[in-house]
Amino acid sequence: MAQWIKACNIDDLQPDSGVCALVAGRQVAIFYMPKESTVYALSNYDPFGKANVLSRGLIGDIKGQPVVASPLYKQHFNLQTGVCLEDESVKIPAYAIRIENGSVQVSIPE
Amino acid sequence: MSKEQTLVVIGNGMVGQNFLASLVESPAKDDYKIVTFCEEPRAAYDRVHLSAFFTGKSAEDLSLVEPGFFEQHGITLHIGDKAAKIDRHSKTVTSQNGVTIRYDKLVLATGSYPFVPPVPGHDRMNCLVYRTIEDLEAMAAAAKTGKVGVVVGGGLLGLEAAKALKDLGLQTHVVEFAPRLMAVQLDEAGGSMLRRKIEDLGVTVHTGKNTSVITDGEHCVNKMCFVDGEELETDIVLFSAGIRPRDDIARDCGLDVGPRGGIVINNQCLTSDPDIYAIGECALWNGMIYGLVAPGYAMARTVVADLTGNEASFTGADMSTKLKLMGVDVASIGDAHAKTQGALVYTYQNGASEVYKRLVVSQDKKQLLGAVLVGDASGYGTLLQYCLNGIELPENPDALILPPRSDESVGLGPDALPMSAQICSCYDVTKGAVCQAIEAGCTTIGALKSETKASTGCGGCAALLKSVLNSELAKQGFEVNTDICEHFPFTRQDLFNLIRVEEIKTFDVLLERHGKGRGCEICKPAVGSILASYWNDYVLKTEHLGLQDTNDTFLANMQKDGTYSVVPRITGGEISPDMLIALGQVGKKYKLYTKITGGQRVDLFGARVDQLPHIWKELIDAGFESGHAYGKSLRTVKSCVGSTWCRYGVDDSVGLAIELENRYKGLRSPHKIKFAVSGCTRECAEAQGKDVGVIATETGWNLYVCGNGGMKPRHADLFATGLDKATLIKYIDRFLSFYVRTADRLQRTAVWMENMEGGLDYLKSVVIDDKLGLCEQLEQQMQHVIDTYHCEWLTTIEDESKLKRFRHFVNSDQPDDNVVFIEERGQIRPADEEERKHFKMVEVA
Ligand code: SRM
Ligand SMILES: Cc1cc2nc3c(=O)[nH]c(=O)nc-3n(C[C@H](O)[C@H](O)[C@H](O)COP(=O)(O)OP(=O)(O)OC[C@H]3O[C@@H](n4cnc5c(N)ncnc54)[C@H](O)[C@@H]3O)c2cc1C
Ligand code: SF4
Ligand code: FES
Repeated sequence: MAQWIKACNIDDLQPDSGVCALVAGRQVAIFYMPKESTVYALSNYDPFGKANVLSRGLIGDIKGQPVVASPLYKQHFNLQTGVCLEDESVKIPAYAIRIENGSVQVSIPE
Repeated sequence: MSKEQTLVVIGNGMVGQNFLASLVESPAKDDYKIVTFCEEPRAAYDRVHLSAFFTGKSAEDLSLVEPGFFEQHGITLHIGDKAAKIDRHSKTVTSQNGVTIRYDKLVLATGSYPFVPPVPGHDRMNCLVYRTIEDLEAMAAAAKTGKVGVVVGGGLLGLEAAKALKDLGLQTHVVEFAPRLMAVQLDEAGGSMLRRKIEDLGVTVHTGKNTSVITDGEHCVNKMCFVDGEELETDIVLFSAGIRPRDDIARDCGLDVGPRGGIVINNQCLTSDPDIYAIGECALWNGMIYGLVAPGYAMARTVVADLTGNEASFTGADMSTKLKLMGVDVASIGDAHAKTQGALVYTYQNGASEVYKRLVVSQDKKQLLGAVLVGDASGYGTLLQYCLNGIELPENPDALILPPRSDESVGLGPDALPMSAQICSCYDVTKGAVCQAIEAGCTTIGALKSETKASTGCGGCAALLKSVLNSELAKQGFEVNTDICEHFPFTRQDLFNLIRVEEIKTFDVLLERHGKGRGCEICKPAVGSILASYWNDYVLKTEHLGLQDTNDTFLANMQKDGTYSVVPRITGGEISPDMLIALGQVGKKYKLYTKITGGQRVDLFGARVDQLPHIWKELIDAGFESGHAYGKSLRTVKSCVGSTWCRYGVDDSVGLAIELENRYKGLRSPHKIKFAVSGCTRECAEAQGKDVGVIATETGWNLYVCGNGGMKPRHADLFATGLDKATLIKYIDRFLSFYVRTADRLQRTAVWMENMEGGLDYLKSVVIDDKLGLCEQLEQQMQHVIDTYHCEWLTTIEDESKLKRFRHFVNSDQPDDNVVFIEERGQIRPADEEERKHFKMVEVA
């Protein structure tokens, strides 16, 4: 079963932006939208640019879907599902994430 | 029928190629095996834009042949092989290289050659003509060692050639036999206005001059002696005294030619032999040779139609022309000389602004017969349409050439044109065809161009095409959507005004008041940039951080592997040995790949995000500050050595470059801005390729604006001359502030200015004459940015809370194991994908 693993504290997050945490050996990009009290977690690896950079992309929404734009070549990834908007055959891992008493926790599938 | 017949085309010039291109689009292509002879060493190229060869266009750029054209359509091209003989009995063509082809149909498209008056000495060294790429190469070679150039002939082509000589840096003269310039197109007054304007540009004009002999010069290679006893020394003599049809091959095989040359054709473009056509400049129709491409293209279409079995005829062509000759607008329409019986003439002459206009109208004042425009040809499109479509003139025809006294517009809106009106004469595209394409979904100029070909020839119809497009779109209820993105129903310019007028200081407030959703990677950086341009807050302030584009968020340029590059400012490219050593030491300590940039500074690559603050701490301690290589902001002010050291320097270009760079550093703008300052007209700093360029002259600084390199290089425009430093800086302040206020996102100054109604002149009126009454505000806007400048890197390393972000992982000090370097030429580089798999374990720095 997947387990909740603590990634960092809430004040390690960047409002309306992203950070990267090392969780169970994986690079996880964590995005924080404080106005909506939402956090999202995706893999930090950009499959187009082939580099660990997604946490440094700009976030926002496109037609109502929350997205991050890759800082390298600007493809959009849905923050909830990891599906690439420009090429739906590309999907990056999206992780369940929650905040418990100021602790940011990610669930990594086995 | 399957290609049983053979069609031979002699000449692969502009018209020959246009013929082939229309032929392969027609059903007739299935009937013929096509063979073409091309005398020149390359297939057809754009002779109309030949002069662009001197401004950097290569022979390839000028090519008119789509890649693979001949192969794809099975056309045999004999390149560099001249057709030498036609045998009409055996119906064969034999070439100089000995190829003999039997033809069923033959098309002559041999063009013309420049006429060289048979004065003694016309074949001396450096006596040249202006027709082919080889001619231009010869000119460029001769100009290398020469100082003076003379063009013989003050017609259209002669003046274009004079410009080329001038641009090659020669002292330039034009010698014309007639009493005025462009005698064919212009009347007396128009010619003398043009002459004044051209002389203002530094070209000496001699009219009414007849050359008797060309001999050895004393100071130059050649000396021209005139019948009136005067002499002119020159290194280069360029003949541009008219063209003569190349009809030899037709003459030799017994086809009818005109008394003064030209292959006689009928309305189907057939010669006196029913299997031989002639088209383009070699053809003589109704006693006329047409020295323009559009009539040649019309002939080509006629022949294609004839071969297809459709009815078509060539019935003459309009010879109206509009050009920019050495920056002077000149246009001539229809019966410019008022030769029509009973014609009435209106003229308007403005000596102050050097504008001359003349209208020729019919006796009943209802029809426009012709027009001449010098100095301001903006009315050309409207007048031409009146003339070609027989549209009835307004009650006072002179209103068409008088400057508007009120707001009423006398221009002919595109709506007034009939559907049959020709919009593009090069490709014979009617308004009807354009409207049809728009209805079919071509809603941009680009789409219209590729669908209809309109405006892809000489480009003269671009403005008209655009106005038809806009009016059709408006009619169809299309609103051209200029919203920046789905979150704000505004343009960047609107957003700038909202922020300024409502004194908005954050994205959130703007979004709440005027937008919807969360924003995106388009509007966020655009708004971030506007806020920074106007308020000049620290860009990494918490409320601005999420707005910044990739590079700005870490104040460095992200590289392909997620590492960063570091570019400290080196103002004007000036750097002391100690500073250089300090840079070297930092590069060495952090094992950074080090490179001199194209902008006269040093780039250090391969820094991990966690290393950036450490590197910057050391650089700042050594006296460096941010170079803003990551921002849409001022990049560099490039300089040349200038008067301090250079023996030619007229003023201190390095000093001014440093002053300008320090003044505008940190200014956030719609796109990056580059400057350069040269110390004399040799222009070693390439200032004419920059958004803002300054060149020292004996009378002060010359200011150039709106140039750039990059994807679509553009030569900057001369904006003001002979300025003292204070005025220069004032103009630049205003220019930049106006750009920052009104440009689109990611629009460089060149595109901004080109899209501005009124273009350069309008920009001058705003910046120099304060037409909008904005100058004081613009200067204040700039002064605020200058007064609040701070080095972003200094602010960052002094703020503990900001440094927290400079880690790869928020919860670990480990570096990113996907970053792997390989050594090459003694420095590091990112490993490629294969290498990364092998070396993943290697530790660096
Ligand atoms: C480093 C440098 C290449 C070099 O090693 O020489 C460079 C590097 C980049 N250039 Fe450049 N350009 C560099 C000089 C130029 C020049 C030459 C010049 O400035 O005289 C030009 C043409 C001149 C011009 O801009 O008018 C140039 C035209 C471009 C363009 C095309 C701009 C255009 O209007 O078409 C881009 C793309 C863009 O900005 O959208 C670009 C974009 C880039 C980017 C930012 C691409 C990117 O997003 O990664 C590169 C950043 C590399 C980095 O991390 O530092 N770079 N780039 C040069 C830095 C100069 C400096 O000291 O700041
Ligand atoms: C500098 C310059 C600027 C111009 N500007 C304009 C302008 O702004 N607007 C405008 O409308 N027109 C302009 N023109 C004129 C325009 O270029 C010509 O009208 C056009 O090129 C005519 O096309 P053509 O095919 O008839 O002749 P060309 O383009 O001259 O082509 C004829 C070709 O046939 C070849 N040839 C000749 N004899 C033989 C043979 N026996 N065998 C094989 N090949 C042969 C020649 O080498 C040549 O390549 C300009 C011309 C020049 C030189
Ligand atoms: S030319 Fe292209 S590859 Fe070279 S530095 Fe500029 S942007 Fe990068
Ligand atoms: S008129 Fe020459 S391109 Fe349209």
